[in-house]
Amino acid sequence: MNAEDLYQEIILDHYRAKHHSGLREPYACQVSHVNPTCGDEIELRVNLDGGVVADVSYLARGCSISQASASVMSDLVIGKTVEAAFGLSDEFTELMHSRGDLQPQWEDELEDAVAFIGVAKFPARVKCALLGWSAFKDAALQALESGTATATKGVPHAG
Amino acid sequence: MTAQSDALAAVRADFPILAREVNSEPLTYLDSANTSHKPRQVVDAVAEHYLRHNANVARAMHTLGAEATAAFEGAREKVARFVGAAQPAEIVFTKNASEALNLAAHTLGAGLRPGDEIVTTVMEHHSNIVPWQLLAERSGATLRWFDITADGRLDLEKARAENLINERTKIVTLAWVSNVLGTVNPTAEVAAAAHGVGATVVVDASQGVPHLPTDVAALGADLVAFTGHKMLGPTGIGVLWGRYDLLAALPPFLGGGEMIEVVRMAGSTYAPPPHRFEAGTPPIAQAVGLGAAVEYLEGVGIAAVAAHEHLLTEYALQRLHATAGVQILGPQTTQDRTGAISFTLAAGDLEIHPHDLMQLLDGRGIAVRGGHHCARPLHERLGIQASTRASVYLYNTRADIDRLADGLAYVRDFFGRRL
Repeated sequence: MNAEDLYQEIILDHYRAKHHSGLREPYACQVSHVNPTCGDEIELRVNLDGGVVADVSYLARGCSISQASASVMSDLVIGKTVEAAFGLSDEFTELMHSRGDLQPQWEDELEDAVAFIGVAKFPARVKCALLGWSAFKDAALQALESGTATATKGVPHAG
Repeated sequence: MTAQSDALAAVRADFPILAREVNSEPLTYLDSANTSHKPRQVVDAVAEHYLRHNANVARAMHTLGAEATAAFEGAREKVARFVGAAQPAEIVFTKNASEALNLAAHTLGAGLRPGDEIVTTVMEHHSNIVPWQLLAERSGATLRWFDITADGRLDLEKARAENLINERTKIVTLAWVSNVLGTVNPTAEVAAAAHGVGATVVVDASQGVPHLPTDVAALGADLVAFTGHKMLGPTGIGVLWGRYDLLAALPPFLGGGEMIEVVRMAGSTYAPPPHRFEAGTPPIAQAVGLGAAVEYLEGVGIAAVAAHEHLLTEYALQRLHATAGVQILGPQTTQDRTGAISFTLAAGDLEIHPHDLMQLLDGRGIAVRGGHHCARPLHERLGIQASTRASVYLYNTRADIDRLADGLAYVRDFFGRRL
């Protein structure tokens, strides 16, 4: 596979115009994740509304793959139940570890995120694509555990 | 050795890896500041050691033990000669430069107290920052920093104005050559100031010894750390050079076999340097490999290596300056600069992230490094998150530089068209 094929139009579209970028209120939990090998960073906020992902917002610095992945991720999980969002996260992680062997069901469920299939062929870049997803999962889990999801909805809370 | 000479072709023939293809393209290896390749002579020396002379050193009394010990101590002599040490006992083998710097921080730091100051620089590799941060935490000493000027050199004027080196300063540590900017620092001048207040000077020479003729006395330092794998040697072997009288006054670092004199249940006494600092079975074959690497560099001539790299660096700076969108970090000329060249690349207003750049270059067989190069504070100081670094060594050619420059224009246009 050519390195050029990594940069699918969908990925570059999201990189050019990131969806849901910029930190917003209200939120239940905020996390900071970094990729220590390369320095990519993301600060991400999650707000939950009775078991549904009400909002995801973030500030990210890093390569096109990590930024576009965060954009696609936020599109996919906002409005889904936390359970469904975690299911997508697991599927995306599986896709990243597939070494490029695309499973048909992923195309329906992961939508734009299947464009990252090429990343799975470049092991050094898998962490870039997973950065936003792991930050989301961490933030959502912390929000669930602290019970702030419904109790303090609308009140900023540093996670 | 000139850039296009037969000598260069002969050198390249000693590095079989340079003949391989990467992604169906000839390999263009511009990442020697990360790790260098190994000539056949080094690999053969390691293989020969394992296949013919393998035994533990200093404790095996049989013939193989004597051969292995002679090979290990012989490597120490070669390294000592290569860096101008007064005697082989000034060469301590460690597993890498990080361990050498940790050894320095632990042993020098034994007497540090709150109020004492340690001085490092903002252009250091993490391996010459974190051991001192840990020492500062342990001892209560304060860590202070040399800043840099706009052209990527140590800001000595600002340091003087801030009274950075003063009567509280106990340790001053700095890189001889920046692994990001390629800046060659005036270690002797800094050392003179440090010695003037009674401080000990540690120099991280990891990016210097492989590329420049080295005379540890001329560096002005009391301790000098470097690593084998960046100078054609194997991984797993590093060096700490120290003035013998200083080494003899320092406490042990790691405890274990071979670093002792007498061990009693009531307490132990320790071997003199260098063995005091070499607890346990050392990296024997790796030391033998490093000895072979030193002989290889002496065979080519380290002055010839430096001259070759100087020409390549000059050419690379010229090609990169002429490539639209490239911004070179650090010194813009070859004055007091080596061939580690970091830069950013933009397509119009759009900064192309070093990972994206590196990925497309790799697709063309060009190996560079993208990221913070283990120097995050420096990147923060420069106001950027990451950069791309191309670095040359004795086996690189002008054609390598051409492929890099052409590759950068290609990547710029690839993203420029599509973003």
